[in-house]
Amino acid sequence: MTQAALARVAIAPEAPVPAQGPREFLTFRLGEEEYGIEILKVQEIRGYEAVTAIANTPEFIKGVINLRGTIVPIVDMRIKFNLSSANYDQFTVVIILNVAERVVGMVVDSVSDVISLGSEQVRPAPSFAAGLDTEYIIGLGTIDERMLILVDIEKLMASRDMALLEVIAE
Amino acid sequence: MTIDMTQFYQVFFEESAELLAEMERLLLALDAGAPQKEDLDAIFRTAHSIKGGGSTFGFSEITETAHVLETLLDRLRNGELSLSSEMTDVFLKAVDVIKMQLAGRQTGSSVDEAAVRDICTRLSTLGGREFNASPAAAVPVARRVAFGEGGERIVDPSPEKLFAILSAIEERPAEPAYGLFAESQAPGAQGQSPEPPAPSHPMRRASDAAGAAPARTGRRASDRADGERSSIRVSVEKVDQLINLVGELVITQAMLAEATSRLDAAVHQGLLNRMGQLERNTRALQESVMSIRMMPISFVFSRFPRVVRDLAAKLNKQVELKTVGEGTELDKGLIEKIADPLNHLVRNSLDHGIEPAEKRVAVGKDPKGTITLRAFHQGGSIVVEVADDGAGLNRAKILAKARERGFAVHEDMADKEVWQLIFEPGFSTADAVTDVSGRGVGMDVVRKNVRGMGGNVEIESRPGEGICISIRLPLTLAILDGMSIAVGKEIFIIPLTYIVESLQPAREDLSSVTGRGRLVHVRGEYLPVVPLREVFKIEAAHTDIHQGIMVIVESEGIKVALHVDELVGQHQVVIKSLETNYRKTRGISGATIMGDGKVALIMDVVALARGSYGPLLRAA
Repeated sequence: MTQAALARVAIAPEAPVPAQGPREFLTFRLGEEEYGIEILKVQEIRGYEAVTAIANTPEFIKGVINLRGTIVPIVDMRIKFNLSSANYDQFTVVIILNVAERVVGMVVDSVSDVISLGSEQVRPAPSFAAGLDTEYIIGLGTIDERMLILVDIEKLMASRDMALLEVIAE
Repeated sequence: MTIDMTQFYQVFFEESAELLAEMERLLLALDAGAPQKEDLDAIFRTAHSIKGGGSTFGFSEITETAHVLETLLDRLRNGELSLSSEMTDVFLKAVDVIKMQLAGRQTGSSVDEAAVRDICTRLSTLGGREFNASPAAAVPVARRVAFGEGGERIVDPSPEKLFAILSAIEERPAEPAYGLFAESQAPGAQGQSPEPPAPSHPMRRASDAAGAAPARTGRRASDRADGERSSIRVSVEKVDQLINLVGELVITQAMLAEATSRLDAAVHQGLLNRMGQLERNTRALQESVMSIRMMPISFVFSRFPRVVRDLAAKLNKQVELKTVGEGTELDKGLIEKIADPLNHLVRNSLDHGIEPAEKRVAVGKDPKGTITLRAFHQGGSIVVEVADDGAGLNRAKILAKARERGFAVHEDMADKEVWQLIFEPGFSTADAVTDVSGRGVGMDVVRKNVRGMGGNVEIESRPGEGICISIRLPLTLAILDGMSIAVGKEIFIIPLTYIVESLQPAREDLSSVTGRGRLVHVRGEYLPVVPLREVFKIEAAHTDIHQGIMVIVESEGIKVALHVDELVGQHQVVIKSLETNYRKTRGISGATIMGDGKVALIMDVVALARGSYGPLLRAA
């Protein structure tokens, strides 16, 4: 997807959650795996830009960026899950998330598309899946021949593992 | 000391105007046939608030009108009377009368006394027989005493008569007060008299003066007319939004300035001139917007005379409170937060600092102790001091206590370091725990609160002469003057208020201690070197301590030398919180956005300075 196309994917976070029926997911790649996160948690998608590093933080916290006057931390999921070599080029994408009342950026290899999955297309997750604890996995989505790992991104970002929130500061 | 009540008048006028508008709205919406209890309650409350406010400021005529109104409303809401449309009309007229009285106080416009009497009469007629007793009950006891001295007895107090008497009483306290004024204005005229009696009772004279004020309506009215200020009350969110936007504007302006600075001045002279103008205007705009949030510190200081008076009486000590620099303005957010720490410090001074009168006399001091609250600007900070002329801190006692609690202390510690010990949690040298203080919870809370505001606390104490605790706060929470420094490729901001000096040390001025720490010798002092590249784990250009620059910073009396690669420049930066989307990080107090749009981190100098003695460096 080109940068221009990426910019158009920006979604209003306040959109109402449909009670039932198909849910929409933004899909992205980390290494060989394809993941899906609920589109309503996504604020916008940007290209990767230089970050300001913060000392004494875990390696996967790349630093902070200036997002139109707001300081936003950037997490590299590839480092977090040891999934692929974390190099940064013009295709590296940052998904800006609105989770747990915070704005957080997430570096991924690439963003694929937005798909809508009915409840019949979502299977319960097996007890192992990639580098993710099953606790953070909603289920496995199947569409045509593709398999998506559906992640509860809010729960993941707020988790102790990510060291993003205050609770685990000291 | 007198409290200047006039600054609060404006608030009262504004609030009363709003209350009256509300009352009017409720009255107009009232269904005369079937009034809702809630509505009647609400109207009663507005009348009651105006009455309360009026009596607080000594605007007795407003209090009285509001009282008559309130009495009738009370009976209405209790169901003793039923509402008639005639009543609603009279109520609305009463609202107009109170408005007129308020205007009289505020701008000095004339008050139609006949209309006031008329409305009170009509209100009382509507209320029926019980009314007669109530106005007298509303009159403060002191006035009733004065009234008794007047020798007049009321057999059948008609409202007119009551009002005539009330206004007569009004004038009574004025006479002796005027006498006192004359005396205080010309103390020198007393010739041989060693000490005029008045100065020894400043409180009493102040209250007499305040008592005289209501009777001086006529005279004050003229002073007041030109002093009228108009203001609007705006929600803090709106102001903060404005401040944020201006912050963005400042950043954008800085970006533009940086972009244009590379242009050829000869070719782009017009553009560069306008850029200069933009910078000035932006700065002016920023200053005026920031000033919206500024309030005089008197809002906090004004609560202490009462605290000191009550506590001094309780502890049986003689204490005088002096306040200096009440007009010093600081951010509204800081005003709200500084009250608690100051309260702790004043109570501490009263309980532990000031000695009992006998003890003071024994060491040759004035039996009356003094506590001074002082606020002033110093550089980019506001300093608020709480000073007393008591016994001061007891070094030996603190050291003994520290040893008892297992702190690493030694006899040769500098005074400043010893004083810092009293900020440790649970540290109290009080012989007995009283209900005033001594539990050792105060000082660490004070320091925590002040640090939370981005400030720090310093103590100066001389045995037998007293103690001065200064709280140093940033002017505002939003903007900071900082020095940008480079370590490797990273840019950091050091708040300018902490920087003492920057220097390039000579080789012989550097020495190492047991091969681990390093010291730099600056003007007779040996300061620990904090290598920022190690603290922030950066590949710096100068790993050799002999190159690069030492920035000497001081916080809480501790000086350290921060080893940096180079100094970049001096900026005003808009403070952005890291915690909004991330969390607190050691050694970093916040972030800002630089002219090129990049994020720079603001150093937490307080933590860095302490860290050189404590856990930070070891952890890093």
